[in-house]
Amino acid sequence: MTPTQAEPRAAAPVESLPKRADRHHRGATRWLVLALLIAGAAVVLFPFAIILLNAFKSPAEYSTAGPLALPTELYLDGMINFWKQVNFGQKLWNSFMIAGSVAVLAVVVSLFNAYALGIGRVKGRLSIIVLFLIANMLPHEALIYPLYYMSNQVGLYNTQLAVILIFTVIQSAFGTYLLASVFGTFPKELLEAAALDGASKWQVLWRVVFPISRPTLSVLFVFFFIWTWNEFFIPLIFLISNDRQTVPVALGVLQGERLMDATTTSAAALLGVIPAVIFFLIFQRTLARGITAGAVK
Amino acid sequence: MSTPTQQRTRPPQGGRVTGKSPVYWLYLLPGGLLFSVIIVVPFVMNVGLSFASWPGVGDIAWIGFDNYTRLFADDTFWASFRNSIAMIIAMVIIPTSVGLLLASVLFDVIGKRFGGRAASTLRALYYLPQILPVAIAGIVMGWILRPQNGALNNILEAVGLGDLAQNWLGDPSTALPSVMAIMVWVQIGYPVVIFMAALQRVDPELYEAAEIDGAGWFRRFRAITIPQIKPETFVVALTCTIAAMKVFGPVFVLTRGGPGDATNVPSYFAYQNFFERANVGYGAAISTVLTLIIIVLSIVFIRFQARSERKERG
Repeated sequence: MTPTQAEPRAAAPVESLPKRADRHHRGATRWLVLALLIAGAAVVLFPFAIILLNAFKSPAEYSTAGPLALPTELYLDGMINFWKQVNFGQKLWNSFMIAGSVAVLAVVVSLFNAYALGIGRVKGRLSIIVLFLIANMLPHEALIYPLYYMSNQVGLYNTQLAVILIFTVIQSAFGTYLLASVFGTFPKELLEAAALDGASKWQVLWRVVFPISRPTLSVLFVFFFIWTWNEFFIPLIFLISNDRQTVPVALGVLQGERLMDATTTSAAALLGVIPAVIFFLIFQRTLARGITAGAVK
Repeated sequence: MSTPTQQRTRPPQGGRVTGKSPVYWLYLLPGGLLFSVIIVVPFVMNVGLSFASWPGVGDIAWIGFDNYTRLFADDTFWASFRNSIAMIIAMVIIPTSVGLLLASVLFDVIGKRFGGRAASTLRALYYLPQILPVAIAGIVMGWILRPQNGALNNILEAVGLGDLAQNWLGDPSTALPSVMAIMVWVQIGYPVVIFMAALQRVDPELYEAAEIDGAGWFRRFRAITIPQIKPETFVVALTCTIAAMKVFGPVFVLTRGGPGDATNVPSYFAYQNFFERANVGYGAAISTVLTLIIIVLSIVFIRFQARSERKERG
């Protein structure tokens, strides 16, 4: 099954359904169901609303009016102070740089691995794929101390390179697994035609396999980026200097120390939420496609 | 993928041209090398360290199975695994069953009576917490639950239920349920999205026929939806169980395992031993046990799935 072709058909044509709808959908019931679902969505969105409501309140207003009142003024100092205090721009750039490098590298490594396993069908490919799959399930705790120790030995501790290398491998373990099964059904005719034209394996990879699998690769890219962006445990341990931390680590460490007042926390939370929501809006379609891919793998 | 069957155009025994070639091994080289250095070697080292007593510097003292015998007598270890079960309830059982219901209603009622746009908008809203870095989700919720000036306590007071206000994360009796509720909030969107995608794969004629036969929503849910999306249910249950066993970020940000060990989980317990208590061998033993449990659970799941598929085929 190819994930790339599992286009979500959210707007399924349903108008053609027979008009003799059953009793559950007639009249008031369906409105009740809709109301319940909207209420559920409101509960899910409530924390986001609360953050938005309080990120722009002054501490004085927060303490007198409480967290539920609408803000009466647009108070930006809290957010500006927080941004400067943690050097948030730097954290954003760190996250972006790490997640972007991992996404590119992990896609390339996955592509190479899957080319050998899915198209080359090298000997023992099934056990190799299972090995990659297990690697993806391993708890990071089962690797962390040796990685920490080894990176100290080679001078990579507290560098972003260490985090990039580790996540490249972890993400590409999943990517290899997914891509290898996609490549298992790659149209042979194309490969044969290219080989008859005298193309080398390298040329076949870049001129035939890569262009055709680009949709799947872009799904993987988006997923690797978001997964790496959201990671907490390994960056927490590896990135200890302030100027190297990622967004979740910087905010998580501050929260752990419980130094922040209520309005600063909500300003900080809003700054942490915004990048995620922006990705969501940009990549919504890719995400839907990718989650589907994950489901039918 | 439905590859158009063009086998006829392939020359007889033409497979040779693309047949197995040792050249392909070269493409496994970079990935395989990185994989060995970053996964295999550290994992083997970790298992090795679980048989040692080592503060992280100086000499390693080999102590055989001592870490493991100590582990099985350690209350914190058992507490952390009990909390893992709580996490499985919060991250697998509740989200999967509620997600199944939500997805079915969204697809079958909302999608059909109010249009696909309404259904996909609601789906996106439910999914939103999933895209937050889980540490940030923890910050958001920790802030809402804080005892002084927290939004939840304020709401309770505003509606006259002030007596229910608590130190949600600071009280041993409410800390774990609070963390569980947060994880339900984080997880709920994932099964909804997967199950809705799965339902699009189901032949609509099944539903139409059932509807014409007068089957109500619940009968269709039981007779069509649940059996048809079984494969996706397995995938969701397996991936979420693994995630629940590994959960770390929310515990670190919300409670640091406390109060006492009320919210400690195996990952956090391992982290404490590695980096706070300099008990590297003990931490290695905890993470090795955790890994074993995850692998065993996955095998059981996959076996179970294979068996139920075989049964279906008759």
